[in-house]
Amino acid sequence: MSASAVHSLWTTAAEPIDKIGAPDIEYGQLSPTLIVIGAAVLGVLVEAFVPRKSRYYAQVFLSVVALAAAFAAVIGLAAGGYATTKSGIVAMGAVAVDGPALFLQGTILLAGILGVFTFAERRLDPAAHGNRVDSFAAQAASVPGSDSEKAAVKAGFTTTEVFPLLLFAVGGMLIFPAANDLLTLFIALEVFSLPLYLLCAVARRKRLMSQEAAVKYFLLGAFASAFTLFGIALLYGYAGSVKYGTIARVVDGTVGEVSPALAGTMGNDALLLIGAAMVVMGLLFKVGAVPFHMWTPDVYQGAPTPVTGFMAAATKVAAFGALLRLLYVVLPGLRWDWRPVMWAVAIVTMLGGAIVAITQTDIKRLLAYSSIAHAGFILAGVIATTPDGVSSVLFYLGAYSFVTIGAFAVVTLVRDAGGEATHLSKWAGLGRRSPLVAAVFAVFLLAFAGIPLTSGFAGKFAVFKAAAEGGAGGIVVVGVISSAIAAFFYIRVIVLMFFSEPRPEGPTVAVPSPLTMTAIGVGVAVTLVLGVAPQYFLDLASQAGVFVR
Amino acid sequence: MSFPLLTATAVLPALGAIATAAVPAARRTAAKWLALIVSLATLVLAAVVLVRFDPDGDRYQLTESHAWIKDFGVRYELGVDGIAVAMIALTALLIPFVILAGWHDADPLETGSKRWRPTQGFFALILLVEAMVIISFEATDVFVFYIFFEAMLIPMYFLIGGFGDRAHEHGEAAAATQRSYAAVKFLLYNLVGGLIMLAAVIGLYVVAGNFSLTQIAEARANGTLDMATSTERWLFLGFFFAFAVKAPLWPLHTWLPNAMQESTAPVAVLITAVVDKVGTFAMLRFCLQLFPEASTWATPAILVLALISIIYGALLAVGQRDIKRLVAYASISHFGFIILGIFAMTSQGQSGATLYMVNHGISTAALMLVAGFLISRRGSRLIADYGGVQKVAPVLAGTFLIGGLATLSLPGLAPFVSEFLVLVGTFARYPVIGIIATVGIVLAALYTLVLYQRTMTGPVKAEVEGMPDLRVRELVVVAPLIALLIFLGVYPKPVTDIVNPAVKQTLSDVQKKDPQPEVEASK
Repeated sequence: MSASAVHSLWTTAAEPIDKIGAPDIEYGQLSPTLIVIGAAVLGVLVEAFVPRKSRYYAQVFLSVVALAAAFAAVIGLAAGGYATTKSGIVAMGAVAVDGPALFLQGTILLAGILGVFTFAERRLDPAAHGNRVDSFAAQAASVPGSDSEKAAVKAGFTTTEVFPLLLFAVGGMLIFPAANDLLTLFIALEVFSLPLYLLCAVARRKRLMSQEAAVKYFLLGAFASAFTLFGIALLYGYAGSVKYGTIARVVDGTVGEVSPALAGTMGNDALLLIGAAMVVMGLLFKVGAVPFHMWTPDVYQGAPTPVTGFMAAATKVAAFGALLRLLYVVLPGLRWDWRPVMWAVAIVTMLGGAIVAITQTDIKRLLAYSSIAHAGFILAGVIATTPDGVSSVLFYLGAYSFVTIGAFAVVTLVRDAGGEATHLSKWAGLGRRSPLVAAVFAVFLLAFAGIPLTSGFAGKFAVFKAAAEGGAGGIVVVGVISSAIAAFFYIRVIVLMFFSEPRPEGPTVAVPSPLTMTAIGVGVAVTLVLGVAPQYFLDLASQAGVFVR
Repeated sequence: MSFPLLTATAVLPALGAIATAAVPAARRTAAKWLALIVSLATLVLAAVVLVRFDPDGDRYQLTESHAWIKDFGVRYELGVDGIAVAMIALTALLIPFVILAGWHDADPLETGSKRWRPTQGFFALILLVEAMVIISFEATDVFVFYIFFEAMLIPMYFLIGGFGDRAHEHGEAAAATQRSYAAVKFLLYNLVGGLIMLAAVIGLYVVAGNFSLTQIAEARANGTLDMATSTERWLFLGFFFAFAVKAPLWPLHTWLPNAMQESTAPVAVLITAVVDKVGTFAMLRFCLQLFPEASTWATPAILVLALISIIYGALLAVGQRDIKRLVAYASISHFGFIILGIFAMTSQGQSGATLYMVNHGISTAALMLVAGFLISRRGSRLIADYGGVQKVAPVLAGTFLIGGLATLSLPGLAPFVSEFLVLVGTFARYPVIGIIATVGIVLAALYTLVLYQRTMTGPVKAEVEGMPDLRVRELVVVAPLIALLIFLGVYPKPVTDIVNPAVKQTLSDVQKKDPQPEVEASK
């Protein structure tokens, strides 16, 4: 046997190169993502080539312009009918451009812009050696407490890399709810997760805690990703495709031909159930639903607060978008299997988040558990499996993300000598010292609690209504009970701020630059407008409530 | 389009609240006057509502209807019947007195920054509560009602927790702790009630497809909207629970004594005379109209609870050491009468209950505000700290006595008429319950007269010596209320004329569902 003949046992001649056609890419419809990713790449180049002194301004400018341009592109697409009549699947079946995708992309981009504003805030931390600094470490690579760190602080370094990292994260998040095949879903997941792990680690103060948070987030996140990937493999084995539409057809039993290579596994329901469960698990990890919520409090507490705010808002939007698409496009045929499970998850998430939050003494951890409880409320809308369910979830996500960013932006303002004063006891009497800041935070808390005339109430009403109409009356009852429990701890913070005597050594409220003020102001305005006159946005959400298949 | 009178009546105090809150920190007195003027202007608007309302006309008048949140089936629908007009008039009438009585209650203490403006906040919050209470009396859309029913908790909560009574036996720190406890208790009780109602509101939407009171009631009456018996009962319970917490009905009443004890006298009046009335009003308007069958079904249990409230509240009032707690328990007893009257399901009972809501508002305001003047002079709420006040401050003692006599329903004063009507109405259908309820009146005589005897008569205590009598501002508060008590006691016709047609209609909603042959035949 000649050498070449032996070789041919395990190799085969490659197809001629010219047979691989160029993929069809609808650049226009993908433009929001392309703009953001492109700007992120540019941001990396800025880090490499622009002098350190002007990097901050270049990065902030670049990020805001890119996000605004991407938002304009989303609006343009929506106005061009791509959310409704012209919605379709682009990039060779990898990405869907439809109502939910555009709605969520718009929300993520707005959250991203406000996130950039809070990232860029440089008036809160006292100037280090005459340089204005932000919430991020002078040099992330230097060991906390080392000489190299001191030198970096003295030299006035700042980690301007956070801006391209944020852009990469936003880019991934834009794809995530629009992903129309499982591989794109996974890649988007990684694209937005990895920058977030890094962002969590670069706090200027309490650096060890921040790094610990990042490691925890990374390890647990890697686990969740592995689950997702394994689930994707099983689903491929089941359906012979990673495309959402094809899998859905196989689930429905409308696909006749069986790929010969997969004849042994295709149509095996065990693979479908286990694979779907694993993929859903990975998504539930990202939304922070019980029992996959363990990372949330530590990461929310340890990460730099602007990152926490951005992450809490945008990740939740992206992940719920992906979850909705998966459950409504790929697995509607399985809904009698997944609904009971999701019922259980929603119930334990609502109750678990609300109950554990009562015992918290740190404002960031408290907001973390509150975000878990909110994930449960949103799941109540997901379970509805009606068009109203989709639109109520979209509306809730939009309302929730602005409240969240605003609330965390307020947290950055309350400071003492050690940086942000996040322990609740330090917030005592804040209403006496700074009535305006306390009142704004109270508005956000009332919105979290779902008090009427705030966006929180409109959102909660929308998801509960959808759930009740979808026949999940039990969820609604559990929902109102956990709302009542949750109200208790929001109220506790208000009591503390307004009715407790201020402590003599209590924190002061720093006066922020217009950047943070804008973030907070937009948060308050959206909270009240969506609370009093939500109709326009409900219309928007219900027009956007149809997935393309 | 005609002038939206009902909206204006609610929007005016809301705008006034914003304006008052915006008054600069140094101009406290200006803020007070602004709030007073706004409340008087609201009273004028309420009077216009009263005049424009035709008791013999349509059921809901001065109606307004606009699209609001289409996706939730919510329309901004307002309209008043006779009962609502009476309640709006009562609210608008009491608020100026509340403001005037609380003139100095929110003057700032030393602590706080330059931007800390408690006085402005206090009066702004009172106006905000007024706006929300008025609009919840006007709403004929369940969702609109619910929103303001819930939202009014927030300003109320800040009024209780932020501006409590400074008279406390263990000093300011203990007072602050108890105050915030009372405020949280108030909020949590009412919030839980409200959230349970939210589940029922959503359930109602799922069943009915919209929130319009008139549409749903009509659809129910002509049989196009069929509700399963169990569904109707669950929804009724959801609504009733919230209203019973608010009213408050035994055993959901425990927040009221705390809240009234710890808040300043004007805020206590606001709670019991104004805000709590939304609860009993809503029972009449929503429970009976939306769920007539379930209301009939639940009547025996509710009557028993009301009876317990009457007796239990009165008994506990007898045993109180604290003047404001005593008034709170007396109010619980009176709310028992009101609920008894509503669910006796007779026209006399319900007219009496509605009249009672008005009269109880006025009489409690009179008693509580005078008690507040008394407490602010001595710096103590304990009955044992007083004695012989009538010798040093005869006018104060005299007005206190009249307020007390009104509370015990002395003939000739307004509450007598309503209590009598309630008892007669109850007796007509449930004689045993009517008789037992009468015990409440006897106990009322006991706690009122003992209170008067211990504080006002007897030897003059050393601390009471030299206590100043009522000042002009305080007389301006008390005199009109007492005049009104006497006027309505002798001549209640103006109120009953407005209320009676509405009561008859409400009652017919419920009885239409009684198993009567001719109704069955017409189906």
